[in-house]
Amino acid sequence: MRRSSSFSESFREVGLLVFIVLLCVVFQLRNHNFLTISNIRDMLADTAILGILSVGMMMVILTRGIDLSIGSTIALSGMVSALTVIAFPHISPLLSLLEGMLVGLAAGALIGLLVARFNVLPIIATLGFMNIIRGVTYLVSKGEWVSAYQMSDGFKSLATGSFLGVGNLIIIAVVIFIAFYYFINHMRVGRQIYAVGSNPEAADISGIPRRRVIWLVYAIMGILAGLAGVLWVAKFASAQGDTATGYELSVIAAAVLGGVSISGGSGKVSGLILGTILLGILNNALPLIHISPFWQQAIQGFVILAAVLTNVVVKRNNQRIALRRRAI
Amino acid sequence: MADRILELNHITKTFPGVRALDDVHFDLKPGEIHALIGENGAGKSTLIKIITGVYQPDGGEIRFDGKPVVIRGTADSQKIGIAAIYQHVTCYPSLSVTENIFIGHEKINPFTRKIDWKNLHGRAEELLQRLDADFDPRATMESLSVAQQQIVEIAKALSANARIIIMDEPTAPLTMRESEDLYRITESLRDKGVSIIFISHRMEDMYRLASRVTVFRDARYVGTWNLNEISREDVIMAMVGREITQFFPKRKVTIGEEILRVEGLSRKGYFKDVSFAVHKGEILAMTGLIGAGRTEVCEAIYGVTHAEKGRVVLGGEEVRISNPTQAIELGIGYLPEDRLRQGLVLDWSLAKNVSLPTLGKFTTLGWLNLGRENEVTKELAEKLEVRAGSVHDLAGTLSGGNQQKIIVAKLLAGEMKVIILDEPTKGVDVGAKTAIFNIMNDLAATGYGIIMVSSEMPEVLGMSDRIVVMKEGRISAIMETSSATQEKILSAAMATSTAVAS
Amino acid sequence: MIDRTIRINKSWSWRSFFFQWEWLLVLIFIAVNVVNTTLSPYYLNVDTFLQMPMTFLDKAFLVLPMTMVIILGNIDISVGSTVALSAVVMAVAYNAGLPMPLAVVLCLCVATVCGLINGLLMTRFKELSAVIVTLATMIIYRGIAYVILLDQASGKFPNWYSFLGWGSVGPVPLVVIVFAVCAVGFGLLLHKTSFGRRLYAMGNNATAARYSGVKNDSIIIVVSVLTGLMAGFTALFLTSRMGSTRPNVAQGYELDVIAMVVLGGVSTAGGKGRIAGPLLAIFIIGFLNYGLGLVNVQAQVLLIIVGLLLIVSVLILNVRFRGKHRSLAPTTVKSDTAGERPGGTVS
Repeated sequence: MRRSSSFSESFREVGLLVFIVLLCVVFQLRNHNFLTISNIRDMLADTAILGILSVGMMMVILTRGIDLSIGSTIALSGMVSALTVIAFPHISPLLSLLEGMLVGLAAGALIGLLVARFNVLPIIATLGFMNIIRGVTYLVSKGEWVSAYQMSDGFKSLATGSFLGVGNLIIIAVVIFIAFYYFINHMRVGRQIYAVGSNPEAADISGIPRRRVIWLVYAIMGILAGLAGVLWVAKFASAQGDTATGYELSVIAAAVLGGVSISGGSGKVSGLILGTILLGILNNALPLIHISPFWQQAIQGFVILAAVLTNVVVKRNNQRIALRRRAI
Repeated sequence: MADRILELNHITKTFPGVRALDDVHFDLKPGEIHALIGENGAGKSTLIKIITGVYQPDGGEIRFDGKPVVIRGTADSQKIGIAAIYQHVTCYPSLSVTENIFIGHEKINPFTRKIDWKNLHGRAEELLQRLDADFDPRATMESLSVAQQQIVEIAKALSANARIIIMDEPTAPLTMRESEDLYRITESLRDKGVSIIFISHRMEDMYRLASRVTVFRDARYVGTWNLNEISREDVIMAMVGREITQFFPKRKVTIGEEILRVEGLSRKGYFKDVSFAVHKGEILAMTGLIGAGRTEVCEAIYGVTHAEKGRVVLGGEEVRISNPTQAIELGIGYLPEDRLRQGLVLDWSLAKNVSLPTLGKFTTLGWLNLGRENEVTKELAEKLEVRAGSVHDLAGTLSGGNQQKIIVAKLLAGEMKVIILDEPTKGVDVGAKTAIFNIMNDLAATGYGIIMVSSEMPEVLGMSDRIVVMKEGRISAIMETSSATQEKILSAAMATSTAVAS
Repeated sequence: MIDRTIRINKSWSWRSFFFQWEWLLVLIFIAVNVVNTTLSPYYLNVDTFLQMPMTFLDKAFLVLPMTMVIILGNIDISVGSTVALSAVVMAVAYNAGLPMPLAVVLCLCVATVCGLINGLLMTRFKELSAVIVTLATMIIYRGIAYVILLDQASGKFPNWYSFLGWGSVGPVPLVVIVFAVCAVGFGLLLHKTSFGRRLYAMGNNATAARYSGVKNDSIIIVVSVLTGLMAGFTALFLTSRMGSTRPNVAQGYELDVIAMVVLGGVSTAGGKGRIAGPLLAIFIIGFLNYGLGLVNVQAQVLLIIVGLLLIVSVLILNVRFRGKHRSLAPTTVKSDTAGERPGGTVS
């Protein structure tokens, strides 16, 4: 009897896809401007940043961790790069990106060190750093904002520009997803991330460098958050102390919705893409169908709860089936 | 090729307080299936752990292919070509079969650092086919049945070019059909030249598959025989044929009326149709091999888990026990199998441990009465002759035997009717064992009904009034101790066609 | 004749008495005050020590149940959202016509229910860790607050209501009195009652607690309800002091509260810690903040300091209680579904 990889996983993805299609249909009926090229392009641009971040968060969650600090990292990296642009207006935008990624790497590397080497719980480490990084952001900015007119055009074009007709943000997100897909499915270290989350004790015995892998996922998350920070600030043409406050929750919602199991060790890139798109639609399209954007947070919360509860129910069912197979 | 592919000579292994292996011998011929058999605690596991490198022997030598070797760790044993398959598979549940087989040894393209999935899945497929398995290597481990997971483990061993495969009780979680499949696979492995050490308590496994059998008893080597030259009864005799020199302080106690009766207890996957009764003043031993379900039944009675079918009658009234709090209130006490993790809070003082199950007795309107707690603990601990300086000593600092006594003290702090002791003398030194037996006698004399789960034959015969033997989740036999013998008990505990009823 | 007598008296040594985390906190508290005194000549007076705590004691109510939560080995990051939701409901209800006393009761009810929901989710779905449950409810509760009140403020409470947060009974502010009562209550509950003993048991070794007849589920529910109730208190006092409320109040409270508990010596591994530590930590951070204000340091610096305090405390406590670490991520449920050994154990 052939049995391909878990029926329930593909079921979930089909379900997500169906739901996305359904939503699009409903939204389109309520507002004919929904499925226009320009609106789709806007939605994709907004979702691009969410997508970049969800890639990092997926890896963190795969190792049974969580990262609540990325909102603050986005703010810090965005602020630092914006301030740099003010000081050096002719700096190459690519250098700004690099700068942001370095800031993010610093944050992620420290968090990774705490979690991997010092056994600090991820929730505590990232909760603490969420505050620390936010505080540093305020200090660095001296409480002031950086606004559009202070940013060079080159900088802003990071987000608003396009290449061959496709927005920069979308290109960057697609490249990152492709690289991520390759890394997590076809490279040894990528598979080790799954192994560490699936069975940490076995990983230790198998000789997988568990601590290094865990450090790595937080470092990568940091880099991606740093990158997202620069793009965010360029896109909204403003850098403030409270940029992206709470955004980590949306990222977690996207990952969890996309089937990344909160207990670690399982999740697929295809699911992540669908989850991100679905959340992106929910976040952006609500005003279009006259639902107040203030519902956004509540909906995200329910989405997370529903997703994890579904996982639990499915798992219990599987266990019951496995018990029935037994000889006794 | 040497005459023997593996030889272990004069192997000794001692742990603090217990000798696990005493000058034992074991050898394996190339291309043979060799059964290793013995009661619980006879030393089989320890031998396997030495072969796989988990432990190092304190004395003796190991030879592989005739040459002496030192196996310092699991990596060494794997390099030599030794693999082991246990009942419970350690794997990565959410990863595919292929990955579980090859993790750590993936084929990587040196330029792109890409994993060659095609190659890996192909090789996995090939391995599975060799074992006549028909599932997709792309399936996740958690979607497979236990039998299929075992096949993956075997495939893993083959992929590492194992020349010796150890199978530790592989058929325990399998159905008849799955066991058949496993037999076939094992035989085909042998035909291909793999040598197999097969540990199983099922006589039919042994007689079906193995050509030779080695018996261990009480950490000693008893003998090796060709299976076509020895009968089942003789095998059992070899396993238990010890003189019981230990003197058990069992006293004659008037056995009163029935205090606990269970009828038709069943829990899918764990035990089925379990019925027996315990009387006041009686010590009822529950024995059987590991995995027979004894602890599971006791935990269901005690309320830690729940039986799906059946009833429990305590003191004449039917009771529904859904958690240990209720069990304690109704008068059922339980000394758990894993005393460190289930029985005591090691970071706590003796007094705090003793009062925990019956905290209500030590509080007035919810307010803790520390004085009372200390006094009662002192009284009980002294009565049980616990070696401790103060009631404030931490439980973790006591010896094994004394820890058991404290757990008994916990039970005595309340008003019990039935006391269940799960392996009460496991890991306890000889002196403390006697003390615990004396305590059991006193408890019986006071009128408690006592259930003693034990795997030690002498203890079972020496201390009990009646014996319940479980086998694979069912009751195999109930017998009066006065007419029981070690052979009868072991026959009932093992899957053999000549099972003896009471 | 072997002496089998066992002592009851507890041995005592100066060293073991003073070598405790709480004394370190006392020292830190004194140090903070010494520094503050040098910063301002008006610092050392009764007002500072009695009146000023009004500014931070609203948050302090949460520290009491959070201590219990962390001793249990769990965590609760939804407390800030519970505060927001219950405050918002109260304000909206009052402004819709409900008499204020009833609105106050409603606030407490909503908060308690929020806590109860957390407890029910955690006990019915043990596969989920406290992290993910309270993460979800954190988002949901605040989300509902936003739905109710959008981004408006709501307030205009009757005059007497401000007495809660601003008033005093004699020289002592009301909030100090209420907090003191609650602190004593929690302290007694935790250290002197059977409930507290069972709570420590569960936090230290949930399996052994279960086998010893402790009802683990009940304890989680009670602690969750208490957390909700105290969040209600926080909402009442905070709203009273602010005079109005919005859906984004109490943001970041969970970090502050957890930091205070951990700084107070309560290890995240569970089973350890006393109420005195977190109580001291509340005042350390409160007075530290005040001191920063004296030198016109921005409020955001406090963010960094609290974050650092949390992490440093955890690091030190980890080393102290090494090896006892229990992950907050759910593994196969060892604690409450004991005995999940299908088919038997490997010998």
